[in-house]
Amino acid sequence: MTIVKEQDVVPFRNRVKEYAVKMGMSLVNQTKLITAASELVRNLLKYGKGGNVKIEVINQGRDNGIRLTFVDQGPGIENIELAMKDGYSTGKSMGLGLPGTKRLVSEFNIQSSVGKGTTVTIIKWKNG
Amino acid sequence: MKNEAVKILQKKKKTILEQWSTNQLASDGLRDDLISNEDQLAQSDELLTVFLNALTDDNIEDPASYDFEKVIDILSGISISRAKQGFSSRETGVYIFSLKDALLTVLQQEIQDPTMLYSQSLKINKLLDNLTVITFETFIKGREEVILRQTDEISEISTPVIRVWDGVLALPIIGTLDSSRTQIVMENLLQEIVETGSSIAILDISGVPAVDSLVAQHLIKTVSATRLMGAECIISGIRPEIAQTVVHLGIDLSQIITKSTLSSALKTAFQMMQLQVVKKQREKVSFSKI
Ligand SMILES: Nc1ncnc2c1ncn2[C@@H]1O[C@H](COP(=O)(O)OP(=O)(O)O)[C@@H](O)[C@H]1O
Ligand SMILES: [Mg+2]
Repeated sequence: MTIVKEQDVVPFRNRVKEYAVKMGMSLVNQTKLITAASELVRNLLKYGKGGNVKIEVINQGRDNGIRLTFVDQGPGIENIELAMKDGYSTGKSMGLGLPGTKRLVSEFNIQSSVGKGTTVTIIKWKNG
Repeated sequence: MKNEAVKILQKKKKTILEQWSTNQLASDGLRDDLISNEDQLAQSDELLTVFLNALTDDNIEDPASYDFEKVIDILSGISISRAKQGFSSRETGVYIFSLKDALLTVLQQEIQDPTMLYSQSLKINKLLDNLTVITFETFIKGREEVILRQTDEISEISTPVIRVWDGVLALPIIGTLDSSRTQIVMENLLQEIVETGSSIAILDISGVPAVDSLVAQHLIKTVSATRLMGAECIISGIRPEIAQTVVHLGIDLSQIITKSTLSSALKTAFQMMQLQVVKKQREKVSFSKI
């Protein structure tokens, strides 16, 4: 899915929810995943000037889960360690998006290079 | 004699219009509940006249020609107004397709040479296909305008401020609390506080699907603004899964009075106003009267 404007956020979140419900994810995990997705898609819009998101269903052993990938070609993040700190923000907001998202999901991966863009991948296991 | 079609079509305008009307009457795209037959005929007549006047030996092969600008203007107007009147895309499509049929029917009646008929039909086809694409594009644009207008209306009406008690306001928030919504909610709320002289506002978020850090920031801002007005703000309708998520995100709502339901928020409001709701005790009342 391409995300270029604020109006794209809600349809994207609804898609994530559809997948989570279909998989039979618990309400708490659904809410955590949707909230994490919401944080990352907002970062992609606000800092990355829009980009692409991918929703995948994945399996590992007996558990299955949802993997979300957020790709933008924005300015990138200079200091990832700093960006992952609670309360750090260059956008006058709460600075909880990245660190909070990491706490909400099972797996969290961020890659970024200055001038090229940022890619964030998260996984939420159904029972994780 | 390069493009016979141009002359033929211009000469046969009346036949084409009749044929077109017949085609429309025969199709299921006719909506005489939305537009009268006379209006439709006048519309068709205008469009056809302008189209045939614009058609020349050269531009018949050039759908992008500037000569068709006026045709496109009229067609776009028709298409947009149909989108707003509630015509379906099929009905709008049939309108222009049945014009194409009429043009081709006339060509078939008038041109004997099969090669000529084929080449001329092909050109008319291409030309009309282009007009059809434009029709659909503008139709969708018309629909998008309708959607945008509705979006505005929804965000206006979906943030009511309810006076639940003397001095107590309640705001049920339904849907996503984005920046523009927050602005409306805040304005409505502060306005009502002034008008009613209320001292407590309850913001109910049972209808908000997810509370991320942006929504939380908006809520905190609204609470601060309410306090600046000298009133207190209670947030209710925090579902268990939302509470867990907010905590994991790391959002600190400890400075805000939060309640799980609207009724418990109302109870707290009563306490703050030193009001008490008591059950009427019938017997005692009648007793004391005696
Ligand atoms: N996709 C991105 N592209 C560039 N910078 C980003 C991106 N996502 C996050 N950042 C940087 O990381 C910081 C922290 O992000 P986040 O934790 O979501 O907090 P906030 O969004 O409140 O600023 C941001 O202020 C921004 O500087
Ligand atoms: Mg953020």
